[in-house]
Amino acid sequence: MAFNIYDFTEFTRSIDTGLKNSMSSGWAMFVEYAIIGVIFLLVYAVLGLFLVYAERRVCAFIQNRLGPNRVGPGGILQTVADLIKLLMKELIPIRNADKLLFNIAPFIVIIASFMAIAAIPFAKGLHAIDFNIGVFYVIAVSSLGVVGILLAGWSSNSKYSLIGSMRSGAQIISYELSVGLSLLTIVVFSGTMQLSGIIESQANGWWIFKGHIPAAVAFLVFLIASTAETNRGPFDLAEAESELTAGFHTEYSGIRFAFFFLAEYMNMFIVASIAATVFLGGWMPLHFGTGNAFNHVMDYIPPLVWFAGKTAFVVLIMMWFKWTFPRLRIDQLLTLEWKYLLPVNLVNIVIVAFLVLMGWHF
Amino acid sequence: MQEEIVKNVILGEEDDYVINMGPQHPSTHGVLRFEVSLQGETIKKVIPYCGYIHRGIEKMCERDTYPQIIHLTDRMDYLSAHINNEAVCLCVEKALEIEIPERVSYIRTILDELNRIASHQLWWCAMGMDMGALTTFFYGLRDREKILDIFEESFGSRLLHSFNTPGGLMHDVHPGFQKRIKEFISYFRRKLPEYDQLLTDNVIFKERSVGIGVLSREDAIQYGVTGPSGRASSFSCDVRKIEPYGVYDRVNFNEILRTEGDTMARYKVRISEMEESMKILEQLVDNIPAGDFTAKMKAVIRLPAGEFFQRVETARGELGVYIVSDGNKTPYRIKFRSPNFSNLFIISKLAIGFKIADLVAISGSLDLVIPDIDR
Repeated sequence: MAFNIYDFTEFTRSIDTGLKNSMSSGWAMFVEYAIIGVIFLLVYAVLGLFLVYAERRVCAFIQNRLGPNRVGPGGILQTVADLIKLLMKELIPIRNADKLLFNIAPFIVIIASFMAIAAIPFAKGLHAIDFNIGVFYVIAVSSLGVVGILLAGWSSNSKYSLIGSMRSGAQIISYELSVGLSLLTIVVFSGTMQLSGIIESQANGWWIFKGHIPAAVAFLVFLIASTAETNRGPFDLAEAESELTAGFHTEYSGIRFAFFFLAEYMNMFIVASIAATVFLGGWMPLHFGTGNAFNHVMDYIPPLVWFAGKTAFVVLIMMWFKWTFPRLRIDQLLTLEWKYLLPVNLVNIVIVAFLVLMGWHF
Repeated sequence: MQEEIVKNVILGEEDDYVINMGPQHPSTHGVLRFEVSLQGETIKKVIPYCGYIHRGIEKMCERDTYPQIIHLTDRMDYLSAHINNEAVCLCVEKALEIEIPERVSYIRTILDELNRIASHQLWWCAMGMDMGALTTFFYGLRDREKILDIFEESFGSRLLHSFNTPGGLMHDVHPGFQKRIKEFISYFRRKLPEYDQLLTDNVIFKERSVGIGVLSREDAIQYGVTGPSGRASSFSCDVRKIEPYGVYDRVNFNEILRTEGDTMARYKVRISEMEESMKILEQLVDNIPAGDFTAKMKAVIRLPAGEFFQRVETARGELGVYIVSDGNKTPYRIKFRSPNFSNLFIISKLAIGFKIADLVAISGSLDLVIPDIDR
């Protein structure tokens, strides 16, 4: 079993063959699913908690505060303590709420983000499923979460929640277009929808560098639209605590609320990792051209570090957005999408198609 | 039939989507309740309900002696506590026709302006919060802390001062008072541009405040909207200019007037007023004359029988104190014309046709302090 930190392909393949040799292929498949499921559950929980902690520290830094710094070294266990508190809290039953929908809504939200995480390539070969339609899958699955939000708002039997969820519905349906189109520009560049293929196509330079201005435009649009899609500030209209108290999750308590909360942060991670993968080269080190000394030096940094660093960079930008900008109004939100982002995107994609057709990109 | 009419008047039509904002709501800044009729997200009707924090201050005043009343006025508009105190003091001094020492007038005016800046800083924090920009809160509080430190050093309390007494001050200010104010001015002159960088110049903030909740000059006068909210609609209502008290007639400052009358104008008036207040402070801080910190007063203050009125400019508008005395040591009746009560009800006119988010922005720009509405 060869463990190589630069390439996990061998490692995962040896596990696969090992399992298939020792049991029937059906059972081997089942065991693989179970292993991946458990790993993702752990990654999901740990990453979610870490992101909540990171956001609290970043926002404290922006706001001249210290942030959590008492529980554990540098306050790193604060969110774990918070989670334990949330687990032990009473789940308040809401009178006249639609019990079934009310209970399954948080699960739909969390399952949607859980499914999206499966397609993300963390490093070379470290990839749960490598679809040939990876980009399409991620877009499709990540927008399932809105169903959970709509159900949560509808079933709570609360007026604030209903307004919040309707806002969220309008918002996500609109911004889904921009997310899809901006990813499509890179799909046109790289000629594949497979996420691993897109990364391979960036071996001699990330798309944001070699995609001329259209790639940069697409990256900006993707940043804005994906921030909106994850319901984060300045697009957090579905929550809008100064208007709708807490929007769609006003009536939720305890661990159900924690599910929404965790899903928000994991969605942020997913969106950031997609941005990193598609625009910034994923786990691919920073390369310029082929075969020079700079590229060799960069190759010594493990792919997981590259992936984590790029994702953290995008996450940081999204946190920066949230803690500096005021919230948009619902009509301005829709105006921004339909009157500015969407036309820009459409023109952009035509330009890209032209560039690729003429063979003017690197 | 009658029930139906009442229902229509209060709730609007049958199929309106009515939501209650408050009494517990993050952006009403206290126990105020708006009943909002919506069509989609657009506001059809807003009815403000007050009274949730009514403590009967005016009635309690009938029971108390004049020096005791001062302590109750702190609890009305707690963000301009010093100015509220001064209003009662000035009214009592006017009734007794006593001369107060120069020193007292200077110190009172300085504290008024410090109080006004502190109040506007907190308003700026809350305004940003209402708009969803959470970072403003900490920037504003950081600077407000400097003023509260001066207050704490000077008279022990940070929010509810009760430093004024009829005839003067509780005690003299501490020796480092002037130095600390000068430090604050040089500090805050550096920090005020940050407010613009963070919020005023932000594109989203501009989009959300320009042209939102336009208050015409006529409406401002009819509803009695005073203070920065009124001046943003070019209603010249600054009591410091119209009927100067303290030493306002001796300092040089501008009454900030704007003509737009929208949320942005109300915002900008307050930001400019902070600068004007600093200008006043600069003119006064070096010229505090020596002398007594209080005039000679009798042990028990009895006002002559009659009616007395004094108005001052608090951070939110015109505060009127109307005392009816029958010659006893307690007033027969006392009435406060509080600025927030008048400023509140215009909201049911301003918010019509705008979105829920705008209602929050408008109520933020009116700078309401709920205990002052109910008293």
